[in-house]
Amino acid sequence: MSRSRPEPIQVVKQRRDAALNALVDSIPYIRFLDVTFDRRGDELTAQLNFADKHIGNPLLPAIHGGVTAAFLEITAVVSLNWAHLWERIESGALDPEEMAKGNLPRQPKTIDFTVDYLRSGLPRDAYARATISRAGRRYASVHVEAWQDHKSKLFAQGSGHFLMPQAADKPS
Amino acid sequence: MADKTNLARQFIKAIPHAKELGMILEEIGDGTAVISMPYDAKLIGDPQSGVIAGGAVSALMDTCCGAAVMCHPDAPGGTATIDLRIDYMRVATPGQTITTRATCHHITRSVAFVRAVAMDEDTDRPVATASGAFTVEAGF
Repeated sequence: MSRSRPEPIQVVKQRRDAALNALVDSIPYIRFLDVTFDRRGDELTAQLNFADKHIGNPLLPAIHGGVTAAFLEITAVVSLNWAHLWERIESGALDPEEMAKGNLPRQPKTIDFTVDYLRSGLPRDAYARATISRAGRRYASVHVEAWQDHKSKLFAQGSGHFLMPQAADKPS
Repeated sequence: MADKTNLARQFIKAIPHAKELGMILEEIGDGTAVISMPYDAKLIGDPQSGVIAGGAVSALMDTCCGAAVMCHPDAPGGTATIDLRIDYMRVATPGQTITTRATCHHITRSVAFVRAVAMDEDTDRPVATASGAFTVEAGF
Protein backbone atom coordinates (compact mmCIF):
# COMPACT_ATOMS: atom_id res chain seq x y z
CA MET A 1 0.00 0.00 0.00
CA SER A 2 1.49 3.32 -1.00
CA ARG A 3 0.97 6.58 0.79
CA SER A 4 0.29 9.69 -1.23
CA ARG A 5 3.15 12.17 -1.25
CA PRO A 6 2.81 14.87 1.41
CA GLU A 7 1.99 18.33 0.09
CA PRO A 8 4.94 20.71 -0.35
CA ILE A 9 5.48 22.91 2.73
CA GLN A 10 4.78 26.14 0.80
CA VAL A 11 1.36 24.88 -0.26
CA VAL A 12 0.42 23.91 3.28
CA LYS A 13 1.66 27.18 4.83
CA GLN A 14 0.11 29.34 2.13
CA ARG A 15 -3.30 27.70 2.55
CA ARG A 16 -3.31 27.96 6.35
CA ASP A 17 -1.98 31.52 6.49
CA ALA A 18 -4.37 32.72 3.78
CA ALA A 19 -7.34 31.20 5.62
CA LEU A 20 -6.26 32.70 8.97
CA ASN A 21 -5.65 36.13 7.40
CA ALA A 22 -9.08 36.04 5.77
CA LEU A 23 -10.74 35.29 9.12
CA VAL A 24 -8.83 37.98 11.03
CA ASP A 25 -8.77 40.72 8.38
CA SER A 26 -12.52 40.55 7.89
CA ILE A 27 -13.19 41.91 11.40
CA PRO A 28 -12.84 45.71 11.67
CA TYR A 29 -12.62 45.67 15.48
CA ILE A 30 -9.57 43.37 15.42
CA ARG A 31 -7.84 45.82 13.09
CA PHE A 32 -8.92 48.76 15.26
CA LEU A 33 -7.36 47.20 18.38
CA ASP A 34 -4.38 46.00 16.29
CA VAL A 35 -4.49 42.37 17.37
CA THR A 36 -2.44 40.02 15.20
CA PHE A 37 -2.07 36.23 15.26
CA ASP A 38 1.01 34.01 15.16
CA ARG A 39 0.43 30.47 13.91
CA ARG A 40 2.44 27.31 14.61
CA GLY A 41 0.60 24.46 12.92
CA ASP A 42 -2.90 24.85 14.30
CA GLU A 43 -1.78 26.65 17.47
CA LEU A 44 -2.53 30.37 17.61
CA THR A 45 -0.98 33.08 19.77
CA ALA A 46 -2.67 36.46 19.71
CA GLN A 47 -0.66 39.63 20.08
CA LEU A 48 -2.03 43.00 21.20
CA ASN A 49 0.30 45.52 19.56
CA PHE A 50 0.49 48.32 22.09
CA ALA A 51 -0.69 51.81 21.11
CA ASP A 52 -1.43 54.89 23.23
CA LYS A 53 -5.13 54.53 22.43
CA HIS A 54 -5.18 51.35 24.58
CA ILE A 55 -4.47 53.33 27.76
CA GLY A 56 -7.16 53.33 30.43
CA ASN A 57 -5.34 54.96 33.33
CA PRO A 58 -3.03 57.69 32.03
CA LEU A 59 -1.50 58.26 35.48
CA LEU A 60 0.03 54.79 35.86
CA PRO A 61 -0.15 54.33 32.80
CA ALA A 62 -2.03 51.04 32.31
CA ILE A 63 -3.95 49.31 29.53
CA HIS A 64 -7.73 49.86 29.76
CA GLY A 65 -9.56 46.95 31.38
CA GLY A 66 -11.93 46.98 28.43
CA VAL A 67 -9.04 46.55 26.00
CA THR A 68 -7.83 43.58 28.04
CA ALA A 69 -11.34 42.08 28.02
CA ALA A 70 -11.70 42.67 24.29
CA PHE A 71 -8.27 41.19 23.59
CA LEU A 72 -9.14 38.01 25.52
CA GLU A 73 -12.51 37.71 23.86
CA ILE A 74 -11.06 38.20 20.38
CA THR A 75 -8.46 35.52 21.15
CA ALA A 76 -11.20 33.17 22.33
CA VAL A 77 -13.53 33.70 19.35
CA VAL A 78 -10.83 33.55 16.68
CA SER A 79 -9.16 30.48 18.24
CA LEU A 80 -12.50 28.71 18.58
CA ASN A 81 -13.53 29.59 15.02
CA TRP A 82 -10.11 28.51 13.74
CA ALA A 83 -10.34 25.12 15.47
CA HIS A 84 -13.92 24.73 14.25
CA LEU A 85 -12.97 25.42 10.61
CA TRP A 86 -9.59 23.66 10.61
CA GLU A 87 -10.79 20.38 9.06
CA ARG A 88 -12.65 22.18 6.29
CA ILE A 89 -9.65 24.41 5.53
CA GLU A 90 -7.32 21.39 5.39
CA SER A 91 -9.65 19.32 3.22
CA GLY A 92 -10.13 22.19 0.77
CA ALA A 93 -13.87 22.43 1.50
CA LEU A 94 -13.21 26.05 2.43
CA ASP A 95 -11.26 28.02 -0.17
CA PRO A 96 -9.03 30.74 1.36
CA GLU A 97 -9.45 32.87 -1.77
CA GLU A 98 -13.22 32.81 -1.42
CA MET A 99 -12.84 33.52 2.32
CA ALA A 100 -10.70 36.58 1.54
CA LYS A 101 -13.54 37.88 -0.67
CA GLY A 102 -15.78 37.86 2.39
CA ASN A 103 -17.50 34.51 1.83
CA LEU A 104 -16.97 33.45 5.43
CA PRO A 105 -18.80 30.92 7.57
CA ARG A 106 -20.70 32.40 10.54
CA GLN A 107 -18.62 33.00 13.68
CA PRO A 108 -19.37 31.52 17.09
CA LYS A 109 -21.46 33.93 19.21
CA THR A 110 -20.39 34.91 22.72
CA ILE A 111 -22.94 33.88 25.35
CA ASP A 112 -20.97 35.12 28.33
CA PHE A 113 -17.41 36.08 29.12
CA THR A 114 -15.66 36.58 32.46
CA VAL A 115 -12.33 38.32 32.90
CA ASP A 116 -9.99 38.10 35.93
CA TYR A 117 -7.66 41.06 36.13
CA LEU A 118 -4.55 39.68 37.82
CA ARG A 119 -2.09 42.55 37.32
CA SER A 120 -2.30 45.93 35.69
CA GLY A 121 -1.57 45.81 31.96
CA LEU A 122 1.73 47.56 31.27
CA PRO A 123 2.05 49.92 28.30
CA ARG A 124 3.63 47.32 26.02
CA ASP A 125 2.61 44.37 23.82
CA ALA A 126 0.55 41.55 25.32
CA TYR A 127 0.09 37.94 24.24
CA ALA A 128 -2.73 35.46 24.70
CA ARG A 129 -3.56 31.85 23.99
CA ALA A 130 -6.90 30.11 24.21
CA THR A 131 -7.66 26.57 25.32
CA ILE A 132 -10.87 25.05 24.09
CA SER A 133 -12.10 23.14 27.13
CA ARG A 134 -15.09 21.74 25.31
CA ALA A 135 -16.23 22.07 21.73
CA GLY A 136 -19.75 20.74 21.46
CA ARG A 137 -22.08 20.88 18.49
CA ARG A 138 -24.05 23.79 19.99
CA TYR A 139 -21.98 25.13 22.87
CA ALA A 140 -18.28 25.60 23.51
CA SER A 141 -16.28 26.55 26.62
CA VAL A 142 -13.03 28.43 26.12
CA HIS A 143 -10.35 29.55 28.57
CA VAL A 144 -7.84 32.28 27.68
CA GLU A 145 -4.60 33.32 29.35
CA ALA A 146 -2.76 36.58 28.66
CA TRP A 147 0.74 37.69 29.63
CA GLN A 148 3.25 40.38 28.84
CA ASP A 149 6.86 39.88 29.95
CA HIS A 150 6.64 36.47 31.58
CA LYS A 151 4.46 33.66 30.36
CA SER A 152 4.24 32.36 33.94
CA LYS A 153 2.97 35.71 35.26
CA LEU A 154 -0.41 36.17 33.65
CA PHE A 155 -1.83 39.70 33.75
CA ALA A 156 -5.33 38.52 32.90
CA GLN A 157 -7.30 35.36 32.26
CA GLY A 158 -10.76 34.87 30.91
CA SER A 159 -13.30 32.20 30.26
CA GLY A 160 -16.45 32.19 28.26
CA HIS A 161 -19.22 30.22 26.64
CA PHE A 162 -20.03 30.37 22.96
CA LEU A 163 -22.91 29.36 20.74
CA MET A 164 -21.62 27.50 17.68
CA PRO A 165 -22.97 28.37 14.22
CA GLN A 166 -25.47 25.77 13.01
CA ALA A 167 -25.62 24.33 9.52
CA ALA A 168 -28.91 26.17 8.98
CA ASP A 169 -27.27 29.55 9.77
CA LYS A 170 -26.86 31.08 6.36
CA PRO A 171 -24.49 34.01 5.92
CA SER A 172 -26.61 37.16 5.70
CA MET B 1 -20.91 65.54 45.39
CA ALA B 2 -20.59 68.17 42.65
CA ASP B 3 -16.79 68.09 42.95
CA LYS B 4 -16.72 64.34 42.60
CA THR B 5 -19.07 64.42 39.61
CA ASN B 6 -16.78 66.91 37.94
CA LEU B 7 -13.78 64.83 38.81
CA ALA B 8 -15.38 61.72 37.31
CA ARG B 9 -16.25 63.64 34.14
CA GLN B 10 -12.70 64.90 33.85
CA PHE B 11 -11.34 61.46 34.52
CA ILE B 12 -13.38 59.82 31.77
CA LYS B 13 -12.35 62.55 29.33
CA ALA B 14 -8.74 61.81 30.27
CA ILE B 15 -9.04 58.08 29.43
CA PRO B 16 -7.50 57.69 25.97
CA HIS B 17 -9.38 54.47 25.21
CA ALA B 18 -12.76 55.90 26.27
CA LYS B 19 -12.14 58.87 23.99
CA GLU B 20 -11.07 56.56 21.16
CA LEU B 21 -14.36 54.64 21.41
CA GLY B 22 -16.35 57.90 21.41
CA MET B 23 -17.83 57.34 24.90
CA ILE B 24 -20.03 60.11 26.30
CA LEU B 25 -20.78 60.46 30.01
CA GLU B 26 -24.53 61.04 30.16
CA GLU B 27 -25.26 60.92 33.89
CA ILE B 28 -23.25 60.41 37.03
CA GLY B 29 -23.75 60.55 40.78
CA ASP B 30 -24.16 58.56 44.00
CA GLY B 31 -22.78 55.31 42.69
CA THR B 32 -24.59 55.34 39.33
CA ALA B 33 -23.15 56.18 35.93
CA VAL B 34 -24.63 56.26 32.44
CA ILE B 35 -22.28 56.22 29.45
CA SER B 36 -23.18 55.99 25.77
CA MET B 37 -21.14 54.87 22.78
CA PRO B 38 -22.31 55.83 19.27
CA TYR B 39 -22.24 53.20 16.51
CA ASP B 40 -18.98 53.23 14.57
CA ALA B 41 -17.93 51.00 11.67
CA LYS B 42 -14.48 50.47 13.19
CA LEU B 43 -16.09 48.63 16.13
CA ILE B 44 -17.79 45.97 13.97
CA GLY B 45 -17.17 42.41 15.12
CA ASP B 46 -19.33 40.60 12.57
CA PRO B 47 -18.69 41.98 9.06
CA GLN B 48 -21.67 40.11 7.57
CA SER B 49 -24.24 41.75 9.83
CA GLY B 50 -22.43 44.94 10.88
CA VAL B 51 -22.94 44.08 14.56
CA ILE B 52 -20.61 45.75 17.11
CA ALA B 53 -17.92 43.47 18.62
CA GLY B 54 -18.58 42.04 22.08
CA GLY B 55 -15.20 43.43 23.12
CA ALA B 56 -16.30 47.01 22.44
CA VAL B 57 -19.37 46.45 24.62
CA SER B 58 -17.03 45.03 27.31
CA ALA B 59 -14.90 48.18 27.18
CA LEU B 60 -18.01 50.34 27.56
CA MET B 61 -19.27 48.20 30.48
CA ASP B 62 -15.89 48.28 32.22
CA THR B 63 -15.59 52.07 31.93
CA CYS B 64 -19.14 52.62 33.13
CA CYS B 65 -18.73 50.28 36.12
CA GLY B 66 -15.48 52.04 37.09
CA ALA B 67 -17.20 55.43 36.88
CA ALA B 68 -20.05 54.16 39.09
CA VAL B 69 -17.52 53.07 41.75
CA MET B 70 -15.65 56.38 41.66
CA CYS B 71 -18.76 58.47 42.16
CA HIS B 72 -20.04 56.36 45.10
CA PRO B 73 -20.20 58.57 48.22
CA ASP B 74 -18.08 56.05 50.17
CA ALA B 75 -15.35 55.70 47.53
CA PRO B 76 -12.25 57.67 48.52
CA GLY B 77 -10.58 57.68 45.10
CA GLY B 78 -9.78 55.59 42.07
CA THR B 79 -10.60 52.00 41.22
CA ALA B 80 -9.42 49.06 39.13
CA THR B 81 -11.33 46.04 37.87
CA ILE B 82 -10.85 42.79 39.81
CA ASP B 83 -13.28 40.78 37.72
CA LEU B 84 -16.06 41.46 35.27
CA ARG B 85 -18.59 39.04 33.82
CA ILE B 86 -20.68 39.98 30.83
CA ASP B 87 -23.75 38.15 29.56
CA TYR B 88 -24.59 38.86 25.94
CA MET B 89 -28.36 38.57 25.62
CA ARG B 90 -28.77 39.63 22.02
CA VAL B 91 -26.86 41.43 19.28
CA ALA B 92 -27.05 45.22 19.32
CA THR B 93 -28.92 46.59 16.30
CA PRO B 94 -26.37 47.93 13.78
CA GLY B 95 -26.41 51.72 13.51
CA GLN B 96 -27.74 52.33 17.01
CA THR B 97 -25.98 53.95 19.98
CA ILE B 98 -25.31 51.63 22.91
CA THR B 99 -26.01 53.07 26.37
CA THR B 100 -24.84 51.49 29.61
CA ARG B 101 -26.12 52.17 33.11
CA ALA B 102 -23.94 50.91 35.98
CA THR B 103 -24.77 50.87 39.68
CA CYS B 104 -22.32 50.33 42.50
CA HIS B 105 -24.75 48.51 44.80
CA HIS B 106 -22.36 47.68 47.63
CA ILE B 107 -19.01 48.98 48.76
CA THR B 108 -16.61 47.99 51.56
CA ARG B 109 -13.23 49.51 52.48
CA SER B 110 -11.58 47.22 49.91
CA VAL B 111 -14.12 46.10 47.33
CA ALA B 112 -16.92 47.66 45.31
CA PHE B 113 -19.64 45.49 43.73
CA VAL B 114 -21.20 46.71 40.52
CA ARG B 115 -24.00 45.71 38.16
CA ALA B 116 -24.58 47.15 34.72
CA VAL B 117 -26.96 46.85 31.82
CA ALA B 118 -26.38 47.84 28.17
CA MET B 119 -29.17 48.81 25.80
CA ASP B 120 -29.57 50.09 22.27
CA GLU B 121 -32.59 52.20 21.20
CA ASP B 122 -34.96 49.37 22.17
CA THR B 123 -34.70 49.91 25.92
CA ASP B 124 -37.13 47.09 26.73
CA ARG B 125 -34.70 44.39 25.65
CA PRO B 126 -31.20 44.68 27.15
CA VAL B 127 -28.27 43.89 24.85
CA ALA B 128 -26.01 42.76 27.69
CA THR B 129 -25.68 42.76 31.46
CA ALA B 130 -22.53 42.80 33.55
CA SER B 131 -21.55 42.20 37.13
CA GLY B 132 -18.15 42.82 38.59
CA ALA B 133 -15.93 43.48 41.58
CA PHE B 134 -13.64 46.51 41.69
CA THR B 135 -10.85 47.65 44.00
CA VAL B 136 -11.34 50.63 46.30
CA GLU B 137 -8.22 52.81 46.17
CA ALA B 138 -7.27 55.52 48.64
CA GLY B 139 -6.27 58.03 45.97
CA PHE B 140 -6.19 58.45 42.22
